[in-house]
Amino acid sequence: MSDATSILIVDDEAPARARLREVLADLAPEFPHRIVGEAANAPEALAQIESQRPQIVLMDVQMPGMTGIELARHISARAAEADSDDPKPMPLVIFVTAFDEFAVEAFEVNALDYLLKPVRAQRLLGALRRAQTLLPAEHLEAIDQLVKATNTRRRHLSVHERGRVILVPLEQVLYLKAELKYITVRTREREYLIEESLTSLEEEFVDRFVRIHRNALVARPSIAGFERVTPNGEGEAGDPYWQVVLREVPEKLPVSRRQWSIVKGLVS
Amino acid sequence: MVQTEPTTSQYKSGSPAQGAGGNGGAPAAGTAAADSAAAAAAKARRQTEGAPAPVIPDTCNIGIVLRVLVPLNVLALLVAVAASNAPGEALSRFLSIAVILEPVALGSLAVLCAARKVVNAMPFWVQWTTGCGVPALLTLATALIVQQLLEPDLADGQRLYWLATRALTGAVVAWLFIEYFRLRARAYSPSFSEARLQALQARIRPHFLFNSLNTVLGLMRRDPRRAEATLENLADLFRVFMRDARELVPLDDEVVTCKEYLAIEQLRLGERLQVVWRLDGMPGDALLPSLLLQPLIENAVHHGIEPRTETGEIHITVTRPGERVRVEIVNPVAPSPPVRPGNQMALSNVRERLMLLYDMEAELKTGVEGDRFRLLLEFPYRKERRRRDVRRYFDPDR
Repeated sequence: MSDATSILIVDDEAPARARLREVLADLAPEFPHRIVGEAANAPEALAQIESQRPQIVLMDVQMPGMTGIELARHISARAAEADSDDPKPMPLVIFVTAFDEFAVEAFEVNALDYLLKPVRAQRLLGALRRAQTLLPAEHLEAIDQLVKATNTRRRHLSVHERGRVILVPLEQVLYLKAELKYITVRTREREYLIEESLTSLEEEFVDRFVRIHRNALVARPSIAGFERVTPNGEGEAGDPYWQVVLREVPEKLPVSRRQWSIVKGLVS
Repeated sequence: MVQTEPTTSQYKSGSPAQGAGGNGGAPAAGTAAADSAAAAAAKARRQTEGAPAPVIPDTCNIGIVLRVLVPLNVLALLVAVAASNAPGEALSRFLSIAVILEPVALGSLAVLCAARKVVNAMPFWVQWTTGCGVPALLTLATALIVQQLLEPDLADGQRLYWLATRALTGAVVAWLFIEYFRLRARAYSPSFSEARLQALQARIRPHFLFNSLNTVLGLMRRDPRRAEATLENLADLFRVFMRDARELVPLDDEVVTCKEYLAIEQLRLGERLQVVWRLDGMPGDALLPSLLLQPLIENAVHHGIEPRTETGEIHITVTRPGERVRVEIVNPVAPSPPVRPGNQMALSNVRERLMLLYDMEAELKTGVEGDRFRLLLEFPYRKERRRRDVRRYFDPDR
């Protein structure tokens, strides 16, 4: 692979992508790069990031389906999964936005770079050079700050399956259950595996999911009721406990004694 | 000027040949129309500028008629009830008031409705004298007749007192109503600078400007001709955006503005945006406030198309049922909330302007039917010749 920086362009508007391509072409002598792809929406972008591993993503903020900031959150969640035996290099994100007071304010307090449309070649060059000096960890933190500042919550979970990216809408998720290093994402139809931390998922989706056990979060709307279970043993190991009965799927999830005091508030 | 179109024209991501098929958004037609519109606008502005708010309200307007008749009768009833000891007595008292009240009220409304066009162009004191004098005279006349019929044997002094107090009551009531309508008009018309600010914020959408400029820059090298046409459209649009918010324009011009706007959005959104116009029944000469439809269509694009990743259709139908103009805009409901919030403003802005201009005679209804959002706008069909009169009524009070 050459030492030219690989770049992915993400924008839902074709003329805007064309414009970025042209400006980048103008910058080629000063900033050697390869454009590894273009994406018009979030799923395309995530798939291309997975397959092309770009070093820099130029990302539009206002896009249909999923905003650039939400998309960046997916990228950072993915990067957080990286560990020593499976490094997942995180692309550096440079945001491009038309005029948006709200978002611009959030960027202003942030280390992340953003470009205003129409993008000027020199501004873009500056942003590209600065991006290369940023450490991945700093970048990750900057994205998290931005996500918090704009109060962005993901509306999907991105599942990576054999090189493909599947976006699972959050409202389809019935429960999340931690198992070894993975988290099982249960929808009515099937299960998916993701590699995120249950704690950060709980924080992010606190208004939809409730923790019922050290290893499980359940979507409030999918709780059908609670059932008291008395183990057959009737002895010292067989303390009675509660479990959650779910809508739409047959399995039942145990509620830990510690969480019951919180969860039982949902009974009424 | 683009006349009512017999065809259903559809925007595709722009083969120029389509412009020939009756597509009013084609740059050439659009420019010509907007030029003539701008000329007419300049002339119109000269006529309206500095015109003081008229004293006499539009008493033909059904809203004003109701706002006069209902409180008057309620008041009469209250007076009758308060002055009597039994229901039967209250009724007969009410009737004796109503026998003067109804002819005077209806007569005044009718006379003022006919007279106001002439009188409202005259000096203020003439307007006030007419506004209060007509009801007073009508009261006097009615009271005379009633007196002859019901109480023929009153003494002369009593008779004079009886007539004078009733005429005076008529004048005072008229004065109160006129003041009320003037205050009301003032409450609904934002002050000049406020209106300007609001107009600037609502119309020169920063997003739209920067996105459009970015689109033009994206086209510049590959397709200089289309970039040129887009800049022309943009220039026309901004000419309209900066026009006086209170100006009335023919529907034809407003449709051209909408098409120019859509032509720009089309380039940006590509195949995601499909527009179906049905203008067979459109009265092109109907007057409406400038930029009444464009924000509604912008709304449809913003809520129905922009948040979608797939193609969506906007249907715009303009018809003329009887003496009314009906505009229907249908767009898909977005699966997720729009990228930018705060667009209730477009709807409430349009509502407020309709209220100010047409009072209860205009209607703006919205609703969701399945996966489609439907907006229905109806307003009275007024043609060019009433332009001056209507426009002056629309002027804020100063």
